[in-house]
Amino acid sequence: MEYMIRFTQSHETFRLAEIEALAVFEGIKLEVISYSLDSPFCLVKLPSEEAAIRLVRRSILAKSVYEVWGKASTYEGLFDSIRAESQHLWPLYETCSFKFSVDTFQGSRTPAEQRNLIERFGFLPFEGPIKMKGFDQEFCILEEWVHDSAAFGIQDPQSVCLARYLGSSARDIIAKYDLKKRKYISTTSMDAELSLVTANITLAGPGKLFYDPFVGTGSFSVACAHFGALAFGSDIDGRNIRGKGKVNILANFDQYGLMPQFGDSFVADLTNTPLRAARLFDGILCDPPYGVREGLKVLGSRDPTKGREVVYLNGKAHHTEEDYIPPKRPYSFLAMLDDILDFATFSLVDNGRLSFWMPTANDENQEIQVPQHPCLEITSICTQTFNRWSRRLITYRRIPDSEVPAEAIREQRAKEQGISADDLNPFRKGYFKGFKLNGK
Amino acid sequence: MKLLTLNFLTCAVKSCKSTSASFPLHPKDCELVSDTLKSDPKLLFNILPRLDWSALSTTASELGFPGLPPSAPTKEELEANEKLFHDLHTLLLETHISEGSLVCANCGHSYKIKEGIANFLLPNHLV
Repeated sequence: MEYMIRFTQSHETFRLAEIEALAVFEGIKLEVISYSLDSPFCLVKLPSEEAAIRLVRRSILAKSVYEVWGKASTYEGLFDSIRAESQHLWPLYETCSFKFSVDTFQGSRTPAEQRNLIERFGFLPFEGPIKMKGFDQEFCILEEWVHDSAAFGIQDPQSVCLARYLGSSARDIIAKYDLKKRKYISTTSMDAELSLVTANITLAGPGKLFYDPFVGTGSFSVACAHFGALAFGSDIDGRNIRGKGKVNILANFDQYGLMPQFGDSFVADLTNTPLRAARLFDGILCDPPYGVREGLKVLGSRDPTKGREVVYLNGKAHHTEEDYIPPKRPYSFLAMLDDILDFATFSLVDNGRLSFWMPTANDENQEIQVPQHPCLEITSICTQTFNRWSRRLITYRRIPDSEVPAEAIREQRAKEQGISADDLNPFRKGYFKGFKLNGK
Repeated sequence: MKLLTLNFLTCAVKSCKSTSASFPLHPKDCELVSDTLKSDPKLLFNILPRLDWSALSTTASELGFPGLPPSAPTKEELEANEKLFHDLHTLLLETHISEGSLVCANCGHSYKIKEGIANFLLPNHLV
């Protein structure tokens, strides 16, 4: 049977990645028949109505899912299509209460026009009462118009579809997790919508263990916890973890009633992680510092020859004192991405997923390549474009060792030379130069 | 910090990681707090194969909890044994360390826990 997923027309490159991830999560065979970044309507083949409802119920970027009764480029064609494709379904809905609605993309219909359109479906043998609220079934006329049709004087939609409403998505929870209403946030908190999408794409779910090594104020942890995962997080900056007084990550979990989903948070540096090398996590997700708004630092001294010995102050080892702050040094963003991939390889269970955000310049000459690892298969790359730069959400699947090709030995990236933040981070350098090409 | 997390953590010093003495870290002068959380069989069964059972036994006895079975139960055994299920839920998920430190038996470094948050940042001479 064919079903129609009605997406939101925003974050276009994330939509299919999210639905495909949900299909994997729910164990549903999903076949995409037609999909375009320019349209919110996606035609798919699914095993059952129940599967369609299950596929979409957790989605953030879908709005709803429908059973397709007919589709064509004109209304006359649509009526023929409905008679040919779905006449066998008509008897099922002869007596139930129902409602018709009109969903128009890139066009508009006045209430009077909508009523006229709906009247044209009078040939359907529905005898049940029409109800605007509390109806048993909703039938939707989905219209798609070409972009800017009014300006071109176009009178008719380019495609029309009649579909029976089956279920809606989880889009309404975006408002619940709105950062404006959250107790503990900072300048780099990821917005609620994209945090929840990231958690979906990483397959967060009940009983699973998730980890964010750059947890910050815990935007991803909250999103994973919402979907039922036990959320762990760490950060090199203890101030993020501790927050101020009672305003901290734990306060966010408490605010949303997610306390049983709080794993732990601790202060640690990914390049000197205290986590033991074992397959501990079902998912790892993070938004590592790009080194622009917040510095990218790891433990150690800028001068590698310094600080090899314990420092004593007034006869006491300085590092044992309460107020001791360990020295940190700038680190290469690309090296950090490689470290994240290595960490994910030994920490993820088989088929567990790693998702991280990374920035890149929009100019292809300054584009930052997607890092690769023989044990990690890229499952999706989604892009959010800003003016001069973009950020991508890259997702990998941990391939079981038995499936990793033996000859695939990873090319080690040549270590970035340099000690200043600019030398170590090509994105930062490009960002502060406005991504202008050399000599221009 | 939950005792589950303690079972996932070892000494952050790179040269300690290859030694058996660095895991588990040993709680010292620890204050324990216990929450009441709804137990979740799916979560506990998922956690079970990821535990290092002998390290968990060491931690439990160091903190004065009743002894654990000598070897990890299978999922079926845990399903059938309500008391063990409850005990493990309490030990791993409800009990956490609010104050104290964790000591590596290999290098002797001590990681502080304050207000439930452990700090694993290393001084320069251990990086």
